[in-house]
Amino acid sequence: MRYITPLKAAEGLGSAHEGTQHHWAMTVSAVALTVLTPLFMIVVARAIGLPHPELVAYFGRPLPALITALFVIVGMVHFIKGTRIMIDDYFHGGVRKGAIIFSVIFGWAVIACAVYALARMGLGAIVVL
Amino acid sequence: MADVNRGNRPLSPHLQVYRLPLAAITSIMTRITGHALVAGILLIVWWLVAAVASPGAFACADWVVRSWLGFIILTGSMWALWYHLLAGLRHLFYDAGRGLEIQTAQKSSQAIIAGSVVLAVLTLIIFFVF
Repeated sequence: MRYITPLKAAEGLGSAHEGTQHHWAMTVSAVALTVLTPLFMIVVARAIGLPHPELVAYFGRPLPALITALFVIVGMVHFIKGTRIMIDDYFHGGVRKGAIIFSVIFGWAVIACAVYALARMGLGAIVVL
Repeated sequence: MADVNRGNRPLSPHLQVYRLPLAAITSIMTRITGHALVAGILLIVWWLVAAVASPGAFACADWVVRSWLGFIILTGSMWALWYHLLAGLRHLFYDAGRGLEIQTAQKSSQAIIAGSVVLAVLTLIIFFVF
């Protein structure tokens, strides 16, 4: 026999047994993105129009590389969690499960592509492949 | 039963004929802009990967980025970023229990629409001047 009250057992869980963590993660990434978004716009605006070697050199520099990496990683994690809410609202059953799986895989694939490209551009000047 | 007035009753608005208040429109636009931004980030990441793939791949991606289609996608994404940022800031205020009154929400909705357009135009001006 359990001696805790039903309220005590339910407190902090919500009907889905989670959700506050999701909301908190969205809050933290949103605050980070309010700073990263204008910085990323500047980075992209300065990169558009550069010839190929200059573009590779530009994204090899610390600030453009770090801002781009942070924006894509934080932004896509924010995107994955944001699409999760949209999927939960509009889809049900197997479609919902499939959409969540696709969204998570897609988001991390975009992050991997960006990080790989930035790593190649950053290391290209140091490591002769 | 014969005297029941069937024509004058207040009817609850049907979802499809109900004109959404501005606060509801700006709220759903937050979700739409957030999801539409996938187009912009895909274009940028494709461009970055192409830059390390091969000169041919970069020439192709760079052509798209600098084409009218790329201009539309990137300019639209830039506005969507500003809109989503301002609307997201309002959500942080909502979370703190502020700005939830109907009049305030109406004003903040107008501010988000006007602010995102002003910031987008300013961004374009700065981009083309500098």
